[in-house]
Amino acid sequence: MARNGKPRRAPRSNGKTNGHAKAAHWVGRKLKRKEDPRLIQGITHYTDDLKLPRMLYCTLVRSPYAHAEIRGIRTDAARAVSGVAGVFTAEDTASLGMVPCAIQMPDLKVPKHPVLATDRVRYVGEPVAAVVADDLYAARDAAELVEVDYEPLPVVTDMQKALSNDTPYVHDEFRSNKAFTHTLKNGDIAAAFKKADRVVKQRMLNQRLAPIAMETRAVLAEYLPGEHRLTVWSSTQIPHLLRTQVSVMLGLPETAVRVIAPEVGGGFGSKLNVYAEEGLIPWLAMKLGRPVKWSETRRENFTATIHGRDTINDVELALKKDGTVLGLRVRILADLGAYHQLLTPLIPQLTALMLAGCYKFPAIDIEIQGVFTNKMSTDAYRGAGRPEATYIVERIMDIAAHELGMDSAQFRLKNFPQPKEFPFTTITGLTYDSAKYQESLKRALQLAGYDTLRRRQKNGWKQGKYYGVGVSTYVEICAIGPSAATPAGGWESGTVRVEPTGKVTVLTGASPHGQGQETTFAQLIADELGIDPEDVSVVHGDTMAVPYGIGTFGSRATAVGGTAAYLATQKLKAKMATLAAHLLGSTPGDITIGRGHLTAKRNKKSISFGELVMAAYTARNIPPGFEPGMEATHFFEPSNFTFPFGAHIASVEVDAETGEVKVDKYVAVDDCGNVINPLLVDGQIQGGIAQGIGQAMWEELIYNEEGQLVTGSLMEYALPKAHFLPEFTLDRTVTPSPVNPMGVKGVGEAGTIASTPCMVNAVCDALSPLGIRHIEMPLKPERVWRAIIQVQAAPKEPEPAIVPALAAAAARKPAQKTARRRV
Amino acid sequence: MKDVTITVNGVEHRAQVEPRLLLVHFLRELAGLTGTHIGCETSLCGACTVLVDGRAVKSCTVLAVQADGHKVTTVEGLANGDRLHAIQEGFWEEHGLQCGFCTPGMIMCSHDLLKQHPSPSDSEIREAINGNLCRCTGYQHIVNAVRSASRKMSKRVSARAAAAR
Repeated sequence: MARNGKPRRAPRSNGKTNGHAKAAHWVGRKLKRKEDPRLIQGITHYTDDLKLPRMLYCTLVRSPYAHAEIRGIRTDAARAVSGVAGVFTAEDTASLGMVPCAIQMPDLKVPKHPVLATDRVRYVGEPVAAVVADDLYAARDAAELVEVDYEPLPVVTDMQKALSNDTPYVHDEFRSNKAFTHTLKNGDIAAAFKKADRVVKQRMLNQRLAPIAMETRAVLAEYLPGEHRLTVWSSTQIPHLLRTQVSVMLGLPETAVRVIAPEVGGGFGSKLNVYAEEGLIPWLAMKLGRPVKWSETRRENFTATIHGRDTINDVELALKKDGTVLGLRVRILADLGAYHQLLTPLIPQLTALMLAGCYKFPAIDIEIQGVFTNKMSTDAYRGAGRPEATYIVERIMDIAAHELGMDSAQFRLKNFPQPKEFPFTTITGLTYDSAKYQESLKRALQLAGYDTLRRRQKNGWKQGKYYGVGVSTYVEICAIGPSAATPAGGWESGTVRVEPTGKVTVLTGASPHGQGQETTFAQLIADELGIDPEDVSVVHGDTMAVPYGIGTFGSRATAVGGTAAYLATQKLKAKMATLAAHLLGSTPGDITIGRGHLTAKRNKKSISFGELVMAAYTARNIPPGFEPGMEATHFFEPSNFTFPFGAHIASVEVDAETGEVKVDKYVAVDDCGNVINPLLVDGQIQGGIAQGIGQAMWEELIYNEEGQLVTGSLMEYALPKAHFLPEFTLDRTVTPSPVNPMGVKGVGEAGTIASTPCMVNAVCDALSPLGIRHIEMPLKPERVWRAIIQVQAAPKEPEPAIVPALAAAAARKPAQKTARRRV
Repeated sequence: MKDVTITVNGVEHRAQVEPRLLLVHFLRELAGLTGTHIGCETSLCGACTVLVDGRAVKSCTVLAVQADGHKVTTVEGLANGDRLHAIQEGFWEEHGLQCGFCTPGMIMCSHDLLKQHPSPSDSEIREAINGNLCRCTGYQHIVNAVRSASRKMSKRVSARAAAAR
């Protein structure tokens, strides 16, 4: 629909497209995005912008209780509201399949997860009834009149209590709230701890977060019985996987279902899922014989779209006194919420895989327990398991450096594998493709003026000023991934078709929603075919237009989807060379593809790109056995993940009177392999850093003991705002990946993964002279201030010299002056 | 029901509306202009920002009846034919958007800022867009976009002034 509509006003030239240089090299240029003209003029369509004739609006009645029995539901009053087309409960939707979970593990407990709650609700926000009306206001009025008779049950929201003997069960049938135990052990961990000169221990929490894509979820469905076709528009990252699941949930042949992801306003993993509403709305449309649309409110988005993180981590690091790491032991409790969404149990396993970070650990011992609680499900949120792993490793490394009295950067350098050791096999069993950790860290240290920052810090302490320097070096797992290691296939599809007029259509199974692949794939293909990016249209997000694909998540779209399109183009180039050789009286190996034409090297004859393509379609003069047309498809199965890496440094000042943290410098040196469009890579990094800083400093979903989400609106849940953030200084190193022919790695999550520990390291570093070792996120002024007060009140232990002014300052209440920053 | 007349992007729209109808729903559902987005319905995210008589307002917390007799400008009304507004150009050139959902609100908010304050500093830009949330960009490229627009608009103003002399 909107996807195929041309911008009302054609984008004007970038001013770079008129040259006839021999090799254009679009790859590597800061090209303006092809998707932007329609977005900056407001003339494109997100799901909620779509309106079909006779369309109905759906509003869901959701549970106000975290745990309750449903004794009865009265819908008469709601049905009587003018304009209401129907009110539906679980009794009506009994034929609908369960909300799916794609993860299979030997001892995994998988609860039944109906689209509407049957006899019991298990989290606040669980859908209980659907009201459909011909006007949104009428639907909401009627939803208010649905009376549900709840019998509240005891609630469990604390993971540790959930595992005790005396606890309510979220699912009675399991007689336990433990959903799974996952272990990963390698190397001689007992020996590592036995021979350690020092063992550093720390409990650290990774708080629950809300992804908060600016566009909330929305679903529109229309069923045409004559054509036997169900079309579902959904704000999703995975249109093809959704099509398969919708067909299973509704019991329809997959050929009868078309899923379209129109413009999608951000996802961050929250739309890498199959939700109850994505089965329910199509079912309603079929039942009522009219199109039905549901658009999530922000409050629903907080309570009923997946959450991220939420783990309790007990970490022990064994070390030699010279700073060599010997072994890592981690015990993790992961709060899964009440039900499994698509990938819920997978996320903590990704954490386990990445717990070696970018260090040479001889031994590792990880045990993770997944726990049911009366909360919304956790699942993939930007980074999905890797930010949790990186936080654990980078925090414990920093704490260890402080305990050993070593510089935190030098300590890291000591434990990196050397560049010549790549491909490097980690203690968790992964093979890191390529890296130069030393180079990125040294570049970051230089850019940040690290030595100067350290000098300022020392001088500052003498004057009662608390400067901190946070270092974080990360590696992440991207280009997800080899199919053997993924729940739903890890390949991607790409089709490249040169149309008779010479314009090129690229179909990709990736489903970008802000990442800009309409531009980057055009750059890539334009270089290969010797044409302009303006002549390449990238089509995605429509299962009827695009061959089956996996979608956009896990920083995979370019490294896997881009590679598929690139390899399809290689097939096409071979075909073009065959036809050109035939027409020019030469051999395919003699043909070169230049800018806008193909040339036979030996006889110097050439044919224009347009003439050649037309010849392939008219097919009057083609070699024997040559298939007419000019189209090729490739399904790319990657042989490994890719492993981008980098080093971030934050310089902060903590006001010890108020607990307020001021970031005065943030430097990020990232390596995502070869870069197709530097402008877009910078955008991904900057946005990622902001989100990671959000977790470190402000964001936190809090459920109270009754299971009510008390930070469930943008009023209480503090998203980073423009004036909260500093200007980031970015640089990059380039270490191409050997996993794909373009040497690209992926960049969508890097910033988020690196920045969270970087900020916490910086704040804890600033307060280290006070004897503060660790503060739990988010580092809001109040929490930092309380940590300062607490060490002041604690019995005196031998500690570094404290400036007298500080002791006095810490004894006072926080000053009024910074109250506006408090969130 | 109440009769309202609202001029949107220069076009007069007359309708009978419920007094509780939000301006953003009037724009999207009745005027058919879906460039103005709904991100929170509580005036906290700014995705629904439009201009009413030239000043930025969050249309999810304004009633259509309050806009009766007033002039509303939405993002669809900024470009002049084929010519993009300088702020739109700024967002395009500086990569000030990714998913694009917050962008119309950001652009309209910036429009108000640059009208009040043609040459803001970076920190003034950050303060001004404080009521508009973006989850994709980390704001840095948005600041660049508004700064670039400000310079472009100042140049055009001086060029026009020079032409007039």
